[in-house]
Amino acid sequence: MTLLLEQLLNGLQFGVMLFLLAAGLTLIFGIMGVINLAHGSLYMVGAYAGTWVAAQTGSFWLGIPAALGAAALTGVAIEALVVRRLYARDHLDQVLATFAILLMANQLVTLIFGRQPLYTAMPEALSGSVELLPGLFYPPYRLAIIAVGLLVALGLWALINRTRIGMLVRAGSTNREMVRALGVDIRLLYTVVFGLGALLAGLAGFISGPVMAVQVGMGEQILLSTFVVVVIGGVGSIRGAFVASLALGVIDTCLRAYLPGLLRQVMAGPEADALGIGISSMGIYLLMAIVLLVKPKGLFAGNG
Amino acid sequence: MKTSLRAALMLTALGAALPAFAADPVKIGMITTLSGPAGYLGADIRDGFALAMKDGTLGGVPVELMVEDDALKPGQGRQIAERFMTNEDVKLFTGIVFSNVAGATVPDIVDNGGFYVSANAAPSNMAGEECHENYFAIAWQNDSLHESGGLVANELGYENAFILAPNYQAGKDALTGFKRTFKGEIAGEIYTRLDQTDFAAEMAQIRAANPAMVYQFHPGGLGIAFMRQYQQAGLLGTIPMVVSEPSLDAVILKAVGDAALGINVGSHWNADFDNEANKTFVAAWEQAYGADRPITTYAEQGYEVGLLYASALEATGGDIADEDAFREALRAADFASPRGNFSFGPNQHPVEDWFALEVVAGPDGTPMLQTKSKVVENYGDFYSEDCQM
Repeated sequence: MTLLLEQLLNGLQFGVMLFLLAAGLTLIFGIMGVINLAHGSLYMVGAYAGTWVAAQTGSFWLGIPAALGAAALTGVAIEALVVRRLYARDHLDQVLATFAILLMANQLVTLIFGRQPLYTAMPEALSGSVELLPGLFYPPYRLAIIAVGLLVALGLWALINRTRIGMLVRAGSTNREMVRALGVDIRLLYTVVFGLGALLAGLAGFISGPVMAVQVGMGEQILLSTFVVVVIGGVGSIRGAFVASLALGVIDTCLRAYLPGLLRQVMAGPEADALGIGISSMGIYLLMAIVLLVKPKGLFAGNG
Repeated sequence: MKTSLRAALMLTALGAALPAFAADPVKIGMITTLSGPAGYLGADIRDGFALAMKDGTLGGVPVELMVEDDALKPGQGRQIAERFMTNEDVKLFTGIVFSNVAGATVPDIVDNGGFYVSANAAPSNMAGEECHENYFAIAWQNDSLHESGGLVANELGYENAFILAPNYQAGKDALTGFKRTFKGEIAGEIYTRLDQTDFAAEMAQIRAANPAMVYQFHPGGLGIAFMRQYQQAGLLGTIPMVVSEPSLDAVILKAVGDAALGINVGSHWNADFDNEANKTFVAAWEQAYGADRPITTYAEQGYEVGLLYASALEATGGDIADEDAFREALRAADFASPRGNFSFGPNQHPVEDWFALEVVAGPDGTPMLQTKSKVVENYGDFYSEDCQM
């Protein structure tokens, strides 16, 4: 029982990490119609900038503004210099250009920091593990990640549904031309949305540092799952991204944890493991295929 | 007059031959992983190899080192090898880090008359039935690395072990190797994904199984993530861990920090080995790349490939056209290894000593690997009897 609870917490934590990335990606895709492969690079930029500042100052908390700032600035710069020229182009051009940015970002980070992964210290207050229930030990840092993710989700909900910018974002994702016709500075809106998405990606990158390795190419590993989230949730829908992230996080973790064990009941050890891993790696893509069959536009398309 | 003219002619001919020989260096093709999270492994092999070269020569013979990045893609490795062989006429190869790349690339090289000295990867199939007279492995056979882990675990007296490795050839070799020498029970066995960065699900399973120890094989960035999450899950203090060297190389150790203290490691080399060849190597590394850059076994293996090629080139005077003579010179392994004992077994994989290391706090408090004892001497590998050359 405690094992199941722990696995659910693990799934939830993986889910909110996916959400932090998917929120920005789905807004950029939904509102501007841009497929941004460089989103993973913003995740990496946030991780490197935050980790570097944290290491220089010795304070984890100072790393947060650094990560947010660096990622947001990089995002705004990418939007102004490259992506802005691509709105009118087709998706192939966008994919080529943002893929180029991804490659350049990886090389730049290699030039500046080298190939060796960076060490990220964990804040003293959140290290170790706490006993949530009798027999259920869990790292407080992962609990903090869950809390941060849920807070960000709440904040985004308020921003989208309760503010003027949010209203424009919602309008922009439904009918771009009409918003422009009403005299809204759509360019500025785009830059703001891109910057916001970058900021969230940078936050995700930095807080993942103490758990995973801060290294070149870290963004690509998680970007693929993020795209699956965006597609399942429905392009442009924050609510869809939230539901899909948590669902994917929990499903992926539970498949990984339980499938090989279940298969071992019916077949020999190594084969069960190989098959179990195979199916659990496919799990989220199978889910995507099923969702697309039933709802071709994703779970929450068009009512972000 | 006549004789002196003849002598003069011969001298000029000799004089003309020497510069021509010098102007035509022996090409060495290095295909290795330089990009992505595992990029430092290839960079260390390359930089270690470079230390064995003196002013562009190996064993007094001018060489040209050509380095290309395989990006951990088997197809890319194979393409580079083909380009090197057809366009550049390269005969001597080395560098590949990962067994999946080696499996796609090396057979192509040796079947076309090239020589390959593996600086790291040594998958089980290529040590046994598919061994080849032009294929040498300088580091180990993949399994022996983990057989040494099993021996270290036996020495420490653990009764059962929970074992984990990524689901690819070297991961399977790892768990097979460990199980071959480990005398205790297997409390649980998990294959992880090669692209996995979050191991929380595995940590929960380890805790539930409550084994006497954990043995895991996760090279490069995977290892950093695994080790830190092991600590964060509160397992490090309660369930001891034994690993083989690639799961805790000097770079991972630096990134993991104090979390690694007390971990036991099985290895064939460590920076603190007390022999002349090793002292020369460590001093050369620190002088070339600074004392801050950790020295990994990958660097040592790259260096040793350089020493091996140097010894063979010196013995044959730089002649690689006579394949049989060059092969014999390689087999002799006539160089002083920083590891101490080193020779090639019948399948041209190493026969060497294995050691138990432990992570301890160094003089300035930072964790470092310290050699504790020798667990086995002149250890070959399990597959050599299947090898017919």
